Amino acid sequence: MIEIEHLSKSFRTADGTTEALKDVSLRVETGDIFGIIGMSGAGKSTLVRCINLLERPTSGRILLDGTDLSALHGRALREKRREIAMIFQGFHLLMQRTCLQNVCFPLELAGARPAAARERALELLGLVGLADKAQSYPAQLSGGQQQRVAIARALAAGPKLLLCDEATSALDPTTTASILALIREINEKMGITAIVITHQMSVVESICRRVAILDGGEVVEQGNVSEIFARPASAAARRLVFPEGEAESAVIATDDRHFIRVVFNGAKATATPLIARMALEQGIEANIAYASTRSLSDKMFGSMLLSFPEKEQARGAIEYLTRMPDVIAEEVEPHVC
Amino acid sequence: MFADLFDPAKAAEAWRVIVSAFPLALWETFYVTLLSTLFAVLIGLPLGVLLVAGEKGGVLPLPGWLMKLLNMAVNVLRSVPFLILMIMVIPLTRAIVGTSVGTVASIVPLVIAAFPFVARLAESSLREVDPNLIEMAQSFGASPWQIIRKVMIPESVPSLISNATIAVTTILGYSAMSGIIGGGGLGKIAIDYGYYRYRYLIMLAAALLLVLLVQLFQTFGSRLASRTDKRLKR
Repeated sequence: MIEIEHLSKSFRTADGTTEALKDVSLRVETGDIFGIIGMSGAGKSTLVRCINLLERPTSGRILLDGTDLSALHGRALREKRREIAMIFQGFHLLMQRTCLQNVCFPLELAGARPAAARERALELLGLVGLADKAQSYPAQLSGGQQQRVAIARALAAGPKLLLCDEATSALDPTTTASILALIREINEKMGITAIVITHQMSVVESICRRVAILDGGEVVEQGNVSEIFARPASAAARRLVFPEGEAESAVIATDDRHFIRVVFNGAKATATPLIARMALEQGIEANIAYASTRSLSDKMFGSMLLSFPEKEQARGAIEYLTRMPDVIAEEVEPHVC
Repeated sequence: MFADLFDPAKAAEAWRVIVSAFPLALWETFYVTLLSTLFAVLIGLPLGVLLVAGEKGGVLPLPGWLMKLLNMAVNVLRSVPFLILMIMVIPLTRAIVGTSVGTVASIVPLVIAAFPFVARLAESSLREVDPNLIEMAQSFGASPWQIIRKVMIPESVPSLISNATIAVTTILGYSAMSGIIGGGGLGKIAIDYGYYRYRYLIMLAAALLLVLLVQLFQTFGSRLASRTDKRLKR
């Protein structure tokens, strides 16, 4: 289990001090895949670098299974870092080494016997599906293959925690999906806890169980992914969950109608013709201003923005829709969107 | 002064000198250059590593005053003209080699002139290493010494080789100059015959051989650098 307690980090720059992280507290359970999402400049990179002390926090603690990493220095810190592996957006493979030698790197650092390191590295290259590339150099590989080698390297020293820093941001959608599947497979098979830093909601959707939303160096929301999707409370969360929000607000701004947001959670709700049934049973005719459906982990997930000319109709619709299983409906103020 | 270049008598004399003295001179120039480069690299490479790793924010930060001192020493040695440096280090040469005259003795001033240059070249090669790779190594728990040995130096090998080639050709030029104070080799022949005895044909032949040597070293060095570079797709 990893606990981040009241973590703050400020940088001194030419024009004063910048607070990159403000009182961040998170708790990641062992075996979890935890997402940290935010726009660029939200402090994600600083946060992930504080977790393995590449950046020393200004204040606060980082506890890995109860050990306070921020209290460690020198050799003790280096030993502990071997329990935390990291993969990067730019892969960061050693370009003058073969793939096999790259995977051996953490084992060499830990002082493993060369023969044992080689054997373990070959096994891991097999796990990531690149056993045939052992003697190739990174420059001969595609981006997706390089990231697989980086993942094999990350696993070499048997870490407890895998930090993924925008690990798929430089890859195309198909490759991204296969890398994310690999991370999930590793998490399930080896029980390695993963922290996934990303700016893409799709990454969180497809592999994370829990998520924290970082905005302006602060955690503005954290919880189960499905809950945050269903009811994004903060403005930052709404921006991420409804990236088309700008189009929504454009609709609303020109209209003084009453709006409700309906969120469907699960296949049952998405399969029901709710709006048609509401019109038939309740006589409430809704105008669909915006709608979208997507799959989230294994669940179908939809959101819809309905508008009504009268406030009464909006109220009636909320009452009707919330009675349905797995449906959340709430009135939205035009300015909220 | 070049009017007598094509005088048959002088050409015949020049040819005799070329045949009798050049093979040894060529060999002397060759081994003096390579030995001096070797020693200059042995001192200069670690110094270059210190200049990069020891700075503030480097992998092995050293006290600021020490870094200032190192940088200043390198700059001072680099700014003394080689001709003057050769004379200045005569006592040191005598202490190390036993004499200040001769081919072996010329290695001492050459190394002293070249190692600060090599240190700067090594420094620039090592700075080319992607800082992200150093961060990666740190994230895997690498110690400063491991980062130097397993990341910084191996990753900059192609650049180090091409810079070593520059060092070799520069040292070759210096070694020719050392003929003035009694160093052996092609430089000595060029000066003795060309400058003191007005045998310009011999001087030209020596210069031509030096040019060929530089070409040889440069071609070999460039090939080796590109062959070792695994970033190139093949």
